[in-house]
Amino acid sequence: MSLRPDPTFHASPQLAMDSPAETFSFTLLMSDDSKQPDALAVIDVTSGSPTYGQIVHKLSMPYKGDEFHHCGWNACSSALSPFSAHAFVERRYLVIPGLRSSRIYVIDTKPHPTKAKIHRVIEAEEILRKTGYSRTHTVHCGPEGIYIGALGGGAGGTDNSPGIFLMDCDTFDILGRWNEEPGPQRMQYDFWWNLPRDYMVASEWGLPPQFEDGLRLDDLLYNRYGHQLHFWELRKRRHLQTLDLGANHQMVLEVRPAHDPSKEFGFAGVVIDTNTLAGSVFTWWREGGKFYAEKTITIPAEPAPADRLPYILKRFGAVPPLLADIALSLDDRYLYVSCWGTGEVRQYDVSDPWQPVLVSQVWLGGIARHTLHPTGKRFPGGPQMLELSLDGKRIYWTNSFYSTWDNQFYPGGIPGVQVMAHVGKRGLEFANDFWVEMPEGYRAHQIRLNGGDCSTDSFCYPSM
Amino acid sequence: MNVSGIDWTYVSLWLAVALSGTYHGLSPAMGWPLAVSAALFDREPRAFARALSALATGHFTAMLIVLLPFASLAALVTWQREIRIAAAVIVMGFGAYRLLARRHPRALARILPSQIGLWSFAVAIAHGAGLMHVPIYLGLCGVDAVDAGHVAARNLMGTNLTLAVIVSCVHTVAMIATGGTLGWLVYRYLGLQFITRSWFNLDAVWSLTLILVGGLSLALSL
Repeated sequence: MSLRPDPTFHASPQLAMDSPAETFSFTLLMSDDSKQPDALAVIDVTSGSPTYGQIVHKLSMPYKGDEFHHCGWNACSSALSPFSAHAFVERRYLVIPGLRSSRIYVIDTKPHPTKAKIHRVIEAEEILRKTGYSRTHTVHCGPEGIYIGALGGGAGGTDNSPGIFLMDCDTFDILGRWNEEPGPQRMQYDFWWNLPRDYMVASEWGLPPQFEDGLRLDDLLYNRYGHQLHFWELRKRRHLQTLDLGANHQMVLEVRPAHDPSKEFGFAGVVIDTNTLAGSVFTWWREGGKFYAEKTITIPAEPAPADRLPYILKRFGAVPPLLADIALSLDDRYLYVSCWGTGEVRQYDVSDPWQPVLVSQVWLGGIARHTLHPTGKRFPGGPQMLELSLDGKRIYWTNSFYSTWDNQFYPGGIPGVQVMAHVGKRGLEFANDFWVEMPEGYRAHQIRLNGGDCSTDSFCYPSM
Repeated sequence: MNVSGIDWTYVSLWLAVALSGTYHGLSPAMGWPLAVSAALFDREPRAFARALSALATGHFTAMLIVLLPFASLAALVTWQREIRIAAAVIVMGFGAYRLLARRHPRALARILPSQIGLWSFAVAIAHGAGLMHVPIYLGLCGVDAVDAGHVAARNLMGTNLTLAVIVSCVHTVAMIATGGTLGWLVYRYLGLQFITRSWFNLDAVWSLTLILVGGLSLALSL
């Protein structure tokens, strides 16, 4: 228990934008063949530091086969909520769920990121016993503690509806299910919320059998992956509304509500449109108590000769963008979109959230293009998980999607790499001095920045 | 302690009621940031006043609900000393509990953001804001009841009820005046960065205050 609130907590997104720049990146590493345990890489991102752009600490887990994917902090700016009863928790522990093992690691990043160590391990059996869920994934800290999304229900993953459960933000004990009633949501992926407006928005990827052994092409072509957004009443834990984006809009992944809680809109990324192979972004909003969504960004597939395509895409003669991640700047002005298939990152001006305007784009890697980094290096895979700095001036990304899917779309393998682009007046521009290769045998997925980033903190006051 | 016509016990007890109100007013945990947030969300200063009045109502009710049972008990003049000892022990016990188990009740997180009054009520109960005033209130009853022998029990009970309302009122007014002023300064002049700056972890201090108030009251009753 500290005497003052954590200095990395900010009342409004504007205050967070004005805060000091990040100095370390925590990047999740997955073993590419489960022969070694997954790990956490701590990368020095302090401009001007002698170890800038280098891995300064690597923490290996004690077990194999976790498949790290997403992670989150034990506490963030949401602790400053005017309703908050715990303003004095520290942003200190990184909660890393294993998506395949359903095991959760709690990593202590103090006294210094280079000394990060395991604080606690919670086994899958305990989570299953207390919640009935498995395949742990998204982590957010909020009013009732740490909320963790699970993609599987029961040990088998399809025994019951998946859902969200709660973890105590001090002891890391599993408290039980968040959604006491399953509601109509049958699949899970991401979730986020607007705390003062008291709603959660959750998305759907698919059920464990649909992703663990790789993409099931039949399921995709028959539109059996998730295509809905779900809205929940946060404090009452009650399902409010389902928005079906259309069955052809397969795999609704990341949801990004406006950071300013007085704005009642947000975005959601859809991996693939089975009619056109395009990637899309939907803008969702609330009006008169009801939620609505509208497709506002479409990124078309690119034709490519079959000999340049992996087996899974040969019959299509095109590379789908495979829209993987979206990131929203803290001023809610720019939306960044990563296309893992075509190999590009786009910057949209979303000042008018219903009329996004493409401002800039950079190409890197990709299934058919194989665009080289400006330094001449080959970027394996394509841009995947994005992470934007609080001030919105630097965007980092890695290149792996999920082990079995990587193998289908990039059969040559995806050695982990993290790059960064500056966001200037002319838009995205690669940082030629930032190229981080992960150690041999590791892929890289989600990035977290110390002091917070644009997909971590929930703010409770509007920017003044 | 009647020096030159002023009863200092009486003055200091009322001062304690007002000062604890000021303290609650300053503490962000008792709600002034809610008024700031309401004004920012609704983009109108009137929302500030609305939130503040909901906070006041909740806090006042929490005080009164805790004091009222003692108001009726206090009518039993013969048991006054025992009641005061029991109340002192309860307050000290609650303070010790808060000191050891500093967790906040998780049920508070289930209150809807629109229910500011309910939130204010629940927070005041959970933190023992009403409870802390029981020994002070009983002290005030005691001072008033110096001539209890001459007053009919029914009258005394009526007086005690009125006193409970006045104590709750004075405390709440002090709290809202302080919290309202601070909140308004933040909303109008200081900016949101003041919210983190104003937030000190006073959980331990607050628990110790409860123990101290209970202890003093116990010492005076024995």
